[in-house]
This record gives sequence, C-alpha cells and structure tokens, in this order.
Amino acid sequence: MTIEQIYREESGRILATLIRLLGDFDLAEEAVQEAFSAAVEHWPREGVPANPRAWLVSAGRNKAVDLLRRRARFEAKRDELARLSALAEEVSETPEESMLNDDRLRLIFTCCHPALAREAQVPLTLRTLCGLSTEEIARAFLVPLPTMAQRLVRAKQKIRDAGIPYRVPADEELTERLETVLLVVYLVFNEGYNATSGDVLVRRELCGEAIRLGRLLHKLMPEAAEAEALLALMLLHDSRRDARASASGEIVLLEEQDRSRWHWEQIHEGLELTERALGRGARGPYALQAAIAALHAQAKRPEETDWHQIAALYELLMREQPSPVVELNRAVAVAMGSGAAEGLRLLDALEERGELKGYYLLPAARGDLLRRMGSWKAAEGAFADALLLVVNDAERRFLERRVAEMKGRIGG
Amino acid sequence: MQYLLLIYDQESQWGKLSEAEQGKMYQEYGDFTQSITKSGHYIGGNQLHPVAKATTVRVRDGKKLITDGPFAETKEQLGGYYMVEAKDLDDAVAIASRIPSARFGSIEVRPIVAREAPRP
Repeated sequence: MTIEQIYREESGRILATLIRLLGDFDLAEEAVQEAFSAAVEHWPREGVPANPRAWLVSAGRNKAVDLLRRRARFEAKRDELARLSALAEEVSETPEESMLNDDRLRLIFTCCHPALAREAQVPLTLRTLCGLSTEEIARAFLVPLPTMAQRLVRAKQKIRDAGIPYRVPADEELTERLETVLLVVYLVFNEGYNATSGDVLVRRELCGEAIRLGRLLHKLMPEAAEAEALLALMLLHDSRRDARASASGEIVLLEEQDRSRWHWEQIHEGLELTERALGRGARGPYALQAAIAALHAQAKRPEETDWHQIAALYELLMREQPSPVVELNRAVAVAMGSGAAEGLRLLDALEERGELKGYYLLPAARGDLLRRMGSWKAAEGAFADALLLVVNDAERRFLERRVAEMKGRIGG
Repeated sequence: MQYLLLIYDQESQWGKLSEAEQGKMYQEYGDFTQSITKSGHYIGGNQLHPVAKATTVRVRDGKKLITDGPFAETKEQLGGYYMVEAKDLDDAVAIASRIPSARFGSIEVRPIVAREAPRP
C-alpha cells in the first residue's frame, strides 16, 4: 500500500482516535497531518511499518505532545500541561481495531449531536469521519469555500466550548440520537444521489462515503435494525448508478433502465440486509423504503414489478412519515398496479390540497399517467406545466423529450 | 464544566394558575433543586420577579439612561435560572430537561466561559 492509499483509508480512524485522546479537533487534525508528513519522510527510507496505523497513531500522539509542550512553554497554560501528563499515560496503548472503531462511533455521535445545526452536522461528519477536504465538501454542497470553512470552524468551537461529549449516548437516549445519525448519513447519500448539479465525481464519492458510514454503523451497532435497513436502502439505490443516466447524462427512468447494468452483487447484499432488518422488526422509514427498493430490484423485467405491494408499503410509509411526496409516490404505484384512472383520482385529491403547488413532479406524474392512458393532448399539457416548474437541466431535457413525443403522437 | 440554565416561559400563564397549581409547581421546583443539590450539580439558582419589575440601564456618552422594563420584549420571559456543574453538554441537557418549566417553556443552556484562577 502506498502512503496515499493509507491516508485515504486510515486518516479518518486515526483522527477519531486522536480526537478522543486529545479532546481537541484542531490539535488532532494538526497531529494527523504531522504524522503523515513524518511517514512521507521515514517510510521511503525505512520501509512501511508492519502496522502503519499503530505507527501513525503513536506518531500523531507524539507530535501532539510536542505541539502542546511548545504551546505550554509560550503560554504557560496549566491545563495544557495537565493534559500533557494525562496523555503520556495513554501513550503505551496500542491501537486495536476495536478501539479505533469505537472511537469512530463516538465521533459520529459527536458530529451528529443535536446541539449542532444540521448544516454543520453533515459537513463535519464528512470532514472528520470521511476525511474529505473542506474544499471538496464546499464543492459538493455548492457553498463558497470560506463559508464552508467558517461553518466547520464554528461547529468545532461549539463542540469545545459547549462541552459536547465524545461518547456513544446512554441506552435511554440511544434510539433518539441514532435517528439523527442515520438522517445525517442519509442526507449525505441523497446529496450524492439526487444530483441537482455539480461535479459527478464528487457526488459519487458522497454516495460511497455514505455507504461506508452505513457499513460502519451496522458493524458497530449490529443490533440496530434501522441502521441495517438504511445500509440496505443505500446499497439498493446505489446499485442502479450506472443505469440511471445515459452516456450523455440524460435521465433513464427505472422502467427503461438496462437491468444488466445494475450492480447485482450490491443488490444481493441489499436484499439480504433488507430481509434481515424486516425480520428483526424494523418498520421505520428506512426499512419501508428499503423494502420498496427491494421489490423493484427483484423484478427481472419492469412489468414483473409487484406494484400492489409497493403501493401498500407506501401507505405504511405515509403513516410513519406523512408527506405529500410519499403520497405522490403512492399514487403512482397505485396507478401502475390498479390502473392509471385510479392513480389520477389520487393525484387530483393531492393537487386540491395544494401542498405540492410548484413541485414539478406533480404535473410530471400526471403527464405520465395520461400518456399511459393514451391521452396525448392532455399529457402534453401536463408535461408543459411541469416544464414551467423544473430547475434541474437533466430533468428539463427529459420533460422536453416527453413534450416532443406527445406532439408526435398527436400529429400521427 | 459550568453551565447557566436560563428558564424562559410565559409570565402571563403563571397568573392563570390556581393557588393549588402554583403550590404544586413550587413543590416540584423544590424537589428538583434538592435532587440536583444531592447529586452535586447545583451551584446556585433563583426565581426572578416578573419583567414588570425590571429596569434597564445603559450608559451612553457617560450619561446613565434608565428605563422601565426588560431589555427586549419577547414572547417568553426569563423567569429564573440555575447554575450547575455538569460533566458535559449531555449531562447539562439532562438536568435542564428535568426543570419543571421545560414542559411548557424553554430552557437555554449556556456554557460559562472558564477562566483560570488568578495566580497567587
């Protein structure tokens, strides 16, 4: 392994451990950087150590001790010196796999602490647990670099000054706190998956990082069925990554996707996890969405999709997490299972309530159902309505294609 | 770490409580104070008179300006506080959530800036 690979794989873990040992984000980040600089200097000469991770943790720790010692001399700060002696006691420890993992779990609960704003939780998790640079995160969220840097600085200051702990919460709080952690991971995933714009590679990386975090949570909290369900959901969605857009970046709808381009190994893993999570009683939003994704994945051809069961799952999801978007999805599933007319009736009811006013997918879904019924003229009108509301370029081009298609039908 | 737990609620609601209900509230506060004293968290705390009794002071260009009422009109008013010693924010939040007023008002948890003790 090269130093670059080790950096990519290990820097997050080493940082997590150093944060616990030092109780200070900034100092730990500095120590990780210094440890890797030391590696760049020593390894080519002396060879890569047998346990690079242990080497880096202890190098980082020693660098931190040096940094603290220097600061202590200049600022004559007693608490820094006290920390220094406490740190010396820990120096003898060898970083075991389990300890490093526990450190990462603690850190994810810190980064996703509810006392931090959501707009800080997500980037802080990516920065500290996934090792993404501030610049990469800024690019992924389309935020100017200084804004993102300041957000991270403020979050770290709040952790320090408000005394947000590095700890996995006690059992009685765990369920509630885990919810926030899962939500943050899912937000990272969706940011990558529902690309509204931005760099394709960075977005793929976000999906990959979210899945890595999902795996970590599942591994460290195997008893948490919702964490298992979230991992399953992300794997199933991500398995379609190569089929859901054409080479030129055009949207390919689920039913038109080349299913041989789905990543089947990932699907099998996702299906297994879904089944296990459901078997263990998971009925939360991630479990239900994973079950829906699983049904799509299990259909060898689009017409074999079990739409009745999907509609039933959306109904459960509506109870669990009421939202007009879920209702829209349910209406489409009903239309596919019981006929477009039935679906249109549900869309009418939804439209009357006005909650989705201005959301392009409502007229787009209507257009699609009308298209399936062969009502070309009405379908064209609905797609044109959707075009007025859409913002994303790929979605706009998709709707324009539909409008042209409907015009062709009317003409012919 | 030390935290100040600021208790905000609607003063007007307090007046609407019957004497028995007010008595029950005081009892709850008493029990709570006793319990955090026993657990070693309590440093201090007080109930405040309503904002009608507040006076705001400003000094501008060396001139003292005194006005009746609070610094800012808000929907909920500062009605009291506790100062506590807590292990970390989670510990402080756990204490704050047990303050009786947390059920209808809000508790603001503010960490207190730590200063090194003056050297002898």
